[in-house]
Amino acid sequence: MPTDSSVNFDEMLAGDGTVRSAYRDYDQWRTAQPDGWLRQQSAEAERFFRRTGITFNVYGDSDGEERLIPFDVIPRIVTAAEWRKLERGIAQRVRGLNAFLHDIYHRQEIVRAGRLPEHLISRNPAFLPQMVGFVPPGGIYTHIVGTDLVRTGPDEFLVLEDNARTPSGVSYMLENRETMMAMFPELFTRIPVRPVSDYPRRLARSLAACAPAAASDRPVVAVLTPGIYNSAYFEHAFLADQMGAELVEGGDLRVVDGRIAMRTTCGFQPIDVLYRRVDDDYLDPLSFNPASVLGVSGIMDIYRAGGVTIANAPGTGIADDKAIYSYMPDIIEFYTGEKPILGSVQTWRCSEEDALAYVLDNLAELVVKEVHGSGGYGMLIGPTSSKAELAAFRAKLIAGPENYIAQPTLALSTVPILTKAGLAPRHVDLRPFALFSPNGIDITPGGLTRVALKQGSLVVNSSQGGGTKDSWVLED
Amino acid sequence: MLGRTANGIFWMMRNLERAENTARLLDAGFRLALTRGQSAARAEWRSVLVTIGMDAAYAKKHTEYTGPTVTNFILRDRDNPGSVLAMIEGARTNARTVRTAITREVWEATNESWMVLSELLSRPVRSGNLGEVLALIRRQTTLVRGAMEGSMLRDENFNFAHIGTFIERADNTARILDVKYHVLLPSVGWVGSTLDNTQWETVLRSLAGERAYRWLNAGRMDARGIAEFLILDGRFPRSLAFCFNKLSSNMASLALEYGHETSAHELLRTAGAKLEMATTAKIFDYGLHETITAIIRGTREIAQAIAADYRFTA
Repeated sequence: MPTDSSVNFDEMLAGDGTVRSAYRDYDQWRTAQPDGWLRQQSAEAERFFRRTGITFNVYGDSDGEERLIPFDVIPRIVTAAEWRKLERGIAQRVRGLNAFLHDIYHRQEIVRAGRLPEHLISRNPAFLPQMVGFVPPGGIYTHIVGTDLVRTGPDEFLVLEDNARTPSGVSYMLENRETMMAMFPELFTRIPVRPVSDYPRRLARSLAACAPAAASDRPVVAVLTPGIYNSAYFEHAFLADQMGAELVEGGDLRVVDGRIAMRTTCGFQPIDVLYRRVDDDYLDPLSFNPASVLGVSGIMDIYRAGGVTIANAPGTGIADDKAIYSYMPDIIEFYTGEKPILGSVQTWRCSEEDALAYVLDNLAELVVKEVHGSGGYGMLIGPTSSKAELAAFRAKLIAGPENYIAQPTLALSTVPILTKAGLAPRHVDLRPFALFSPNGIDITPGGLTRVALKQGSLVVNSSQGGGTKDSWVLED
Repeated sequence: MLGRTANGIFWMMRNLERAENTARLLDAGFRLALTRGQSAARAEWRSVLVTIGMDAAYAKKHTEYTGPTVTNFILRDRDNPGSVLAMIEGARTNARTVRTAITREVWEATNESWMVLSELLSRPVRSGNLGEVLALIRRQTTLVRGAMEGSMLRDENFNFAHIGTFIERADNTARILDVKYHVLLPSVGWVGSTLDNTQWETVLRSLAGERAYRWLNAGRMDARGIAEFLILDGRFPRSLAFCFNKLSSNMASLALEYGHETSAHELLRTAGAKLEMATTAKIFDYGLHETITAIIRGTREIAQAIAADYRFTA
């Protein structure tokens, strides 16, 4: 899709070229810097990331298994008033999601009420029968949610995805800020930016508040990682380190006396809360994928008996399903009794005959996604696809329409990045992180801004060459 | 702490220590080869390979024992799983797996060592820059140890790191002595010859002890004095006595922290007592070679007991 500032909302520059209020202080500082200084610091940032080992692994990439996510030094800035609305909208959404998850694993009132087709649940691979009738400790399903937001206008933030499964990227929110503060310390004395650095402490507190009945007074929290070859290993180690929690692998764990225990130098010690960064399918070879070596045999039984808290709860992934997403406004309203504060993107369910016909007629203008997909893989962006790609996708759609949904190609907002030729607008999204415990919902002011580095590109995923920015929420 | 983490931090430090000691050994070999005739140089390169246990692997690939071939094989050959490059990579992989058990400073020093050295060793090393490469290996590993000393809490993590360092160092010192023991044996015909002096200096230099020894002995060199210095002098940081003292103290800290001793403590106590009661006269009576072989075996058994007692693996 061609980028045209008269169509796209640019968060820094208004149509007449004046700097919007959120960016005014920053721009004043920026234009006062000597020529080339920002570029120089930008190269410095890359060295900093390499030295500190902030890398991610790309699956199926044989050369250089660790890569850096490109970092852009121009911050993404959100005003206090904008943030207040986002915060309320996300909190509402997190409550709705939890009520929804509790309902579908219990009485399924929403199906009885005729608001959601039953087959979207019963035939969904992310629906886990092992969770039926079970209430997780504290009644919390989604301890951590990373809501993907896109902006299409001055006052229009839409939810693109909910990420209730195991949202990643929070380490970049923290490290990007650290990097900015190291490179431009005076910037933070001039502009009041709300801090994000206490996220790990809040996470530790929030997880401890969800400890199971069997836990001691000081719950033991551990982070479960698939290991150093996982694409997000850096983040797993980072969070464990910052929380002062153990970083465990499946091989360290086993069931001992009705608890999940880790093999320490002094024998097996029980874990109360397991913040797992392993997918449901690999969590327990006895309940799910029997070939998995990443999980713990028997953990589901211990979980159901109240011996451990698993965060996020198994079976929450169903809320990330893109077919379910299309019902999200109804779902929020059904459980909260309120209109959704944040909008959703209009979505055509290709399983429905009329919708499919519309999608096939307008394929070149739409974005088509796999219902169970993630990470920007397996999707079609109509306006940037060739005739051959469109034809191939058309065939896939006709062969299995229920596997797809379609959305309009959004005019995503842009924020400038620093290029060799100076500032240039690029499309962005925003992923704030919400923590949910019996003590309430806690949303860190900021998040991960992902940015498409190619001009005109709408794909911001790091697995597909996207970069990140520091995300600022201004004080009032 | 997790048994797997103790294992990782232990091997991280063993890898680094071995990389550093290998660089010292190469430096001594390089110096000897410079000052001696070709056949002596060939013998010296071969003895370097024997010391680090790579003689057989080397012979599979090469027939000639020249400086550039031997140094490149030891430093950076991809077919050599025990190369310095492989050890630095190993240390860095260990550090990644135990990232939560080390400080940011230790991690960054380790990561930087890997970045600097893997870049440096991506190209063949010529004799012109060998000295510089070896110095850099020593400096980078020293930085990691320094970061550890300066930033780590004195807890189990630190103790397992130290235990890895000193198990490896004791083993390396003993191996050098084992390969060179004949140089230190009294031999009527050789005493006082320049050949002896150069050989002795090489042994001292490969353990970074030549200056300390000279200072302590006002320049006099003799085989017994050198053997005593490298085995029994508890002031010299690469002597066997020093390594065993450090091991005892770190193992004692673990026992204190955990509230009990293990079978490894018992083994260490026996080995340490033997060393403490030893004198140069006794060592030479019993046989230098036999003494050193027993120490190498003892160190290996202690390492195995530590791995088992502290549940390094499932």
